[in-house]
Amino acid sequence: MTDLPAPANPPFRPSMLIHDRRYRSLTFQVVVFILVMAAGWWLVDNTIRNLAALGKTFNFGFLWSRAGYDIPQTPIPYTADDTHLRAAAVGLLNTLIVSILGCIAATILGIAVGVARLSRNWLFARLMTVFVEIFRNMPLLLWILIVYAVFTEILPAPNAYRGDEPAWSMILWDNVALTNRYTAIPTLAMSNDPGSLDLGARITISWATIAITVALIAGLFLRGKIRDHAQKVQDSTGQRPTTWWKSLAVMTLPTLFLIWFFGLHLVAPALKGFNFTGGLNVSNALVALWLALTLYTAAFIAEIVRAGILAVSKGQSEAAFALGMRPKRTMNLVILPQALRVIIPPLISQYLNLTKNSSLAIAVGYMDLRGTLGGTTLNQTGRELEAILLMMLTYLALSLIISAGMNVFNSRVKLKER
Amino acid sequence: MSDTHAQTVPFVRDTMLPAAPPPAQQAGAVRWMRENLFSGPVNTVLTLMGLAIIWFLYVAFGDWFAHSVWNADSLPECREIIAATWGEGARGACFAVIRERWNQYVFGFYPSELYWRPVMTFGLLMVALMPVLFAASLPVRRVVLSATVALTLLAMVALGSPIMWLVFAIAIMAFAFHASETQIARLLPFSVLFPLLGVWLLWGGSLWGPIFVLVGPMLGWITWRVLVSRSAMLATILSVLVTIVFWLFVAGDAAGDAQNLLPMGIEPVDSSSFGGFLLSITIGVAGIALSLPLGIVLALARRSDMFLITTLAVVFIEFIRGVPLITLLFVASLLLNYFLPPGTSFDIILRVIIMVTVFAAAYMAEVIRGGLAALPKGQYEAADALGLDYWKAQRLIILPQALKISIPGIVSTFIGMFKDTTLVTFVGLYDPLKSMSDAVRASTSWKGIYWEPYIFVGFIFFLICFGMSRYSMYLERRLQRDHR
Repeated sequence: MTDLPAPANPPFRPSMLIHDRRYRSLTFQVVVFILVMAAGWWLVDNTIRNLAALGKTFNFGFLWSRAGYDIPQTPIPYTADDTHLRAAAVGLLNTLIVSILGCIAATILGIAVGVARLSRNWLFARLMTVFVEIFRNMPLLLWILIVYAVFTEILPAPNAYRGDEPAWSMILWDNVALTNRYTAIPTLAMSNDPGSLDLGARITISWATIAITVALIAGLFLRGKIRDHAQKVQDSTGQRPTTWWKSLAVMTLPTLFLIWFFGLHLVAPALKGFNFTGGLNVSNALVALWLALTLYTAAFIAEIVRAGILAVSKGQSEAAFALGMRPKRTMNLVILPQALRVIIPPLISQYLNLTKNSSLAIAVGYMDLRGTLGGTTLNQTGRELEAILLMMLTYLALSLIISAGMNVFNSRVKLKER
Repeated sequence: MSDTHAQTVPFVRDTMLPAAPPPAQQAGAVRWMRENLFSGPVNTVLTLMGLAIIWFLYVAFGDWFAHSVWNADSLPECREIIAATWGEGARGACFAVIRERWNQYVFGFYPSELYWRPVMTFGLLMVALMPVLFAASLPVRRVVLSATVALTLLAMVALGSPIMWLVFAIAIMAFAFHASETQIARLLPFSVLFPLLGVWLLWGGSLWGPIFVLVGPMLGWITWRVLVSRSAMLATILSVLVTIVFWLFVAGDAAGDAQNLLPMGIEPVDSSSFGGFLLSITIGVAGIALSLPLGIVLALARRSDMFLITTLAVVFIEFIRGVPLITLLFVASLLLNYFLPPGTSFDIILRVIIMVTVFAAAYMAEVIRGGLAALPKGQYEAADALGLDYWKAQRLIILPQALKISIPGIVSTFIGMFKDTTLVTFVGLYDPLKSMSDAVRASTSWKGIYWEPYIFVGFIFFLICFGMSRYSMYLERRLQRDHR
């Protein structure tokens, strides 16, 4: 037996940069780096020359000058005398409002439709399939335009609600009035107002909101404690104490007490003169956009939910039943955790899609981030480069925050592989 | 034995009973309804709800559809016809608008004497897609090809196409039939050349443009053939370089000179005349054709071992996926001129196609990355064990399987992109949905018509998108190699 000589490590030669796989990737990356840098430099150089030719500069100073235009829906106080920056913030908040409302409604509707599609009822399952296919296969813009047209063309002017024998009557126990300009909904009022916390920049938060939020969080915390305790008792004695009424109490009683304490109540809109007052008049742009986004996204979520439930094999529920688990605990402990693992990641991307699709507000004139910063501000100041860049970065940040948040949630429900 | 048996059993039936029909409740429609519609209280309530929904839809829209008018020149005339036929106060749809504005919805503002050109382009597109979409099934190919040929030629004749072009189309289609019957792969060169032909037919202009575009890759190929024996990598790099340099610095001038020397071409059509479904389909098809390869490259880059490449791919993909398509379209319409050398300006449709492609490619990359990740590690290791280099392993082993896994995602990205072509309305192009319907409503004769155009355009989009999703299901079934 002779030992084979160790393979000689050849000395480095420049040609190895191309022919040796160990160094080739390095060469390739350096070349790509140089090319990317050159392309970037080319773009920046072009931009500078173009801006110079137009006599423009690249600065964001315009954000601090007077905006001079009105926004119909302002979640924070805003007047035409405020800055473009504040207008952009109002737009961003409007984007968030329609996105969050849309995500909530789309999730509820999507889960309902997805489960209904799996129903053993032939007729209902078919109807839901038709719903899903129709909404998935037509452009979102079409739905926004159609819903908006329904609101503006079919619904009556507010004065149709006037008189003893009105042509239209309010729905939902006289709480909501649909008109061709706005939807009048009830608003919250307090008979025992505790005042507000001033956050600066004319943004205030009512102490009542803070108190109720704190109460809800404390309730959630206590519920966790009660559960931990029940688990401990179960581990030591084998008997799980009944906890649902305790959980219910800590979750609801403090909030109910606060509602009673602040005298929180709904004020229904009422027709006074030509318009509804007392309630909140939500512009139809928001309602139509919200409704269209909800219906469209719900169709996608329904498919995701359906696929998720189908992905849990039947053996899982059968095994749980064989172990003597009750249907509710089977659902909570066996089916849902496995289905959620499949459902959550695509659900996140649907939420992201909905948020990005809310920029279609342009079709109905809803003043979202694109309508303020990328619309009126851009047109007034003529700063396309800065405005669009800022708008894209804001959307990007929004997307990254949503996906980061949802990924945290996802990592909690996903399969722990060891 | 039989004796004892006969004694212990008092009665044994010795004749077979004739088969009786099942009881009425356990047979036919009744049984089906009991099982599927009324199996329990919840189910019964759901069925009644379903029936209520259908009844509501019927009451709301039934008579409106039943009273449709297809033959009128204006909305007032439509309403008169409805009132005359169905009585005063009757509601009815006026689909006559689609009949009257059909050309506008399909071709936009394309010159009407040249309508045959988009029709021919679309027909040839179907021919070019034959070896890609229906390579496996001759019967399907026969049906689709026959329908395409018949419809295209009929439409071309009806739209007054010149004889020369009719002959040209017939020649290509005859060749397609021949290839389809013998060996469909022989049609592939036509599929590769089709994009050039299609662009030239749609936009018109000098024939020298596409010819010189074609010369670039040919020069590149010659370079590659000359150098490939020395070094394959050098040959590839240089041939790509030669092609790009030729396109950038030679092709434009050469095409202009050649056109001056020997004018050859068809009437040019400006991008601003494009509209309606012609525009949607042009952008959609171009986006689909371009975004798939770009998406594959991006997905491979994101999974690469090279740090810089991975980083660039991640930044690009996440940036594009993080912003709405509308903002990218605004970049195309407002900002692109800032990024290019002063004085250059290029076609708005091309800019939109680039943005739509980039947008779809980022999503495509994520879908394909999912497919790549879903592939068992053994496949990668087997490829390495066979001694295949990176590109061979990807081409022969990894990508065919990964792409097959990701077909549903790829097709739904296509569908999403095709639906998103309607957003071009916000950069001033005439999409069929918003701009075209607004244009129709702007005329005095169709003022106030809302639902019919939307229903029509939605219906066409539904047909195309639903067709694509059904095709992806067919493809999945066809490519299924495992036995479940």
